[in-house]
Amino acid sequence: MALGTNSFQLLSNIATNDKHGENSPYFDGWKAYESNPFHPTKNPQGVIQMGLAENQLCFDLIEEWIINNPKASICTPEGVKWFKYIANFQDYHGLPEFRNAVANFMSKVRGGRVRFDPDRILMGGGATGANELIMFCLADPGDAFLVPSPYYPAFVRDLCWRTKARLIPVECHSSNNFNITREALEEAYSKAKDGNINVKGLIITNPSNPLGTTMDRETLKSIVGFINEKNIHLVCDEIYAATVFRAPCFVSVSEVMQDVEHCNKDLIHIVYSLSKDLGIPGFRVGIVYSYNDKVVNNGRKMSSFGLVSSQTQYLLAALLSDDEFVERFLAESARRLAARHNHFTKGLEKVNITCLPSNAGLFVWMNLRGLLKEKTFEGEMMLWRVIINEVKLNVSPGSAFNCSEPGWYRVCFDNMDDETVDVAVKRIRAFVGKETGKPVELKRWKSNLRLSFSSRRFDENVMSPHMMSPHSPMPHSPLVRAT
Amino acid sequence: MRLLSTKATCNSHGQDSSYFLGWQEYEKNPYDEIHNPKGIIQMGLAENQLSFDLLESWLAKNPDVAGFKRDGKSIFRELALFQDYHGLPSFKKALVDFMAEIRGNKVTFDPDHIVLTAGATSANETLMFCLADQGEAFLLPTPYYPGFDRDLKWRTGAEIVPIQCTSSNNFQITETALKQAYEEARKRNLRVKGVLVTNPSNPLGTTMSRSELNLLVDFIKEKTDMHLISDEIYSGTVFSSPGFVSVMEILKERNDTDGIGNRVHVVYSLSKDLGLPGFRVGAIYSENDTVVAAATKMSSFGLVSSQTQYLLSAMLGDKKFTRNYIVENQKRLKRRQRMMVSGLQKAGISCLESNAGLFCWVDMRHLLHSNTFEAEMELWKKIVYQVGLNISPGSSCHCTEPGWFRVCFANMSEETLTLAMKRLKNFVVESTCTQRSALFNGTSKRKSLTKWVFRLSSRDHREQEER
Repeated sequence: MALGTNSFQLLSNIATNDKHGENSPYFDGWKAYESNPFHPTKNPQGVIQMGLAENQLCFDLIEEWIINNPKASICTPEGVKWFKYIANFQDYHGLPEFRNAVANFMSKVRGGRVRFDPDRILMGGGATGANELIMFCLADPGDAFLVPSPYYPAFVRDLCWRTKARLIPVECHSSNNFNITREALEEAYSKAKDGNINVKGLIITNPSNPLGTTMDRETLKSIVGFINEKNIHLVCDEIYAATVFRAPCFVSVSEVMQDVEHCNKDLIHIVYSLSKDLGIPGFRVGIVYSYNDKVVNNGRKMSSFGLVSSQTQYLLAALLSDDEFVERFLAESARRLAARHNHFTKGLEKVNITCLPSNAGLFVWMNLRGLLKEKTFEGEMMLWRVIINEVKLNVSPGSAFNCSEPGWYRVCFDNMDDETVDVAVKRIRAFVGKETGKPVELKRWKSNLRLSFSSRRFDENVMSPHMMSPHSPMPHSPLVRAT
Repeated sequence: MRLLSTKATCNSHGQDSSYFLGWQEYEKNPYDEIHNPKGIIQMGLAENQLSFDLLESWLAKNPDVAGFKRDGKSIFRELALFQDYHGLPSFKKALVDFMAEIRGNKVTFDPDHIVLTAGATSANETLMFCLADQGEAFLLPTPYYPGFDRDLKWRTGAEIVPIQCTSSNNFQITETALKQAYEEARKRNLRVKGVLVTNPSNPLGTTMSRSELNLLVDFIKEKTDMHLISDEIYSGTVFSSPGFVSVMEILKERNDTDGIGNRVHVVYSLSKDLGLPGFRVGAIYSENDTVVAAATKMSSFGLVSSQTQYLLSAMLGDKKFTRNYIVENQKRLKRRQRMMVSGLQKAGISCLESNAGLFCWVDMRHLLHSNTFEAEMELWKKIVYQVGLNISPGSSCHCTEPGWFRVCFANMSEETLTLAMKRLKNFVVESTCTQRSALFNGTSKRKSLTKWVFRLSSRDHREQEER
């Protein structure tokens, strides 16, 4: 069937517009990796994937648990007596054991400082589905949500594509470590109101993607105060909550709510997922936790469009109810994340590459402003292409996250083993020239300008599959090839 | 300023309809053979619980799958990380092969044209998002699955315009009805983007005839911007002749000389055929590359768990198993349907002759006080509360004639079904006696009923919105 304008009229606007965000110039990074993926022995000169925020550090712990707990599967002889019941269970309330276990886990991740009501837990198709769901509940087409930049690129797809809501960035700056200020919020809010835009809420990611930082209590309180004053919603995407690996410890909005006078609970909603904390994005476990009864009741009906497989609910109910395992996992995971973070950042410090000081996430927010030939986004893109094509690291440029300042890059490192981290660090060092003692050659940066750089106006839509979840497959996975 | 969105505060989720309320009544007083023998028997759930033993015995023979292993090697890590919205290739291959097998291999499907979604619920909504803009309409033959009001309209903002079908010709779609529906849409200033049919039909339990299918294909052939969606989620439940004809078969027969292959889309799921609604496995099949591309991206909002994809890739990849399963499952459904039909007959109740599905479309018009939907509701209340059977009234399925009910038979044991039929028979006998004695006494007494407040006919509640 030929694709032409005819087929475009045939389909809806949503199906044919660009708001899914996948038509972006950043595909180059992905293509470079796919066509030449690094492998320690088979392809040691290949491109290392550092654009994927995946947590691959603790599979062994979960695998071991699964082997030791055959009852948690409905397919094993030990668990098959539950097969029929579970396979038949499509209640959009979700398995009570699953909700209890998730509530329990969420509480433990917050050091037991808050408790969660299992009846307020809604399922979504991964955090992707959960974010879209809460948006459908809170915003009408045309309504806007404020979002501090830099932010996760796929928010445009998740929050705006089918909901037809819009995002208004709230600029944050390196001058204060990209913290959100009350002034910035007020300014963005007023500007929107002046432009007759109906602001329905604010969405924050805490811990932050791409910054890797947690929000301090005072800032969070100020934000809660702000949304209460304006009577707008606050959606806190806390999907990196258990990736906090050192002080300051994580403060959730659920903890701060109690401290804010006259806080209207109906305005507070949390989005969660097990994709980052447990490293199981394939299982599609997204959660919406709302303090608003109406949102819970109607959102629950909406969750029909993205329920978690009952087979998966059942397995995770058992896993997350095992208090001993959970406590051990959280401690060990934090330890490994810290070790990996140190390993990577210490390696960089030696060549004066600094990153935003961070205590969470699966990446660092790397400062390469000093390496930019021009302190512009064009300069950022030029450097990015060199990093992809010459240093052979697929990292994500700050402009993809709508960062207001050029020169920042998100670099992931929890999706590989220690040896690969070493190779990456070595390459960065070599690039910066300290190992060889050679100065960096400026003229190299002019090469490889194959694609034109799109202007910042389009930055809302620029993202690359590898920065978005769900995303393209790992090319070496045997699962990708049909057997 | 309104705090929540319109979608979160309106009733378009359709879950105030009687279809769902009966469900709630059942939950308050569910039948249990031992613990609650007087409770309400659930006959409103179109679930297939007849063949779990076949699945369980397959699991017993295939322990690797349970342990996230393939060929003895652990693939837990790969599965846990696998979130590619293109889906597990081995699962898609196994799924399309299964779909082909159900159609007697008269048609085949290309795995690259399948989009996996979280259940048919998500598949239908996703297709609607792809094909219709807010305010555009799809024509649906009545009676239809009540959940369509939610799946097709709620978040998409699309509209449904009914194609009125009647018992005069066993509820088949006629050209007149189709044209009338189209005209009705135009009168309402709605742009019609297509027709959606469920084949085999829910709630009728019948397969569509070749002539009906050709009629539909002819209809969309003429209107160059219209689509035909065929929800074939019951395709594996066809247990007797005339056998299942998929719209894909019709296209093949016609050699698609009309070039409409890119406007015909099939929805499938494993919830009915395999009885696995909890696993959330739905699929959209389309030859239209643009639809596949758009739907694939949208499937991000509801992917199938990789754990589940893997389990089913192994299960459906076992051809010996699927061949046997399909045949045995159909045999059991047929036997069960016969049980219900004969049980109903003993109660003096007939139903639409059916050859598929997990339910019968039961004719209780003769038990109505009057030929009205109020009378249908009264009868329904009696059946729920007095007889203790949760069945689905035709009005919740948008049926134009009062007195029809969908009654499910595959979600319970044979004993429970027998009991249900006995209860129904007793009810009919009592009702007849009561009527006779009332006539004899010269009075027409009505049994007093519990006060029951609910939103009545589907046509009304669809328009209601809370502001």
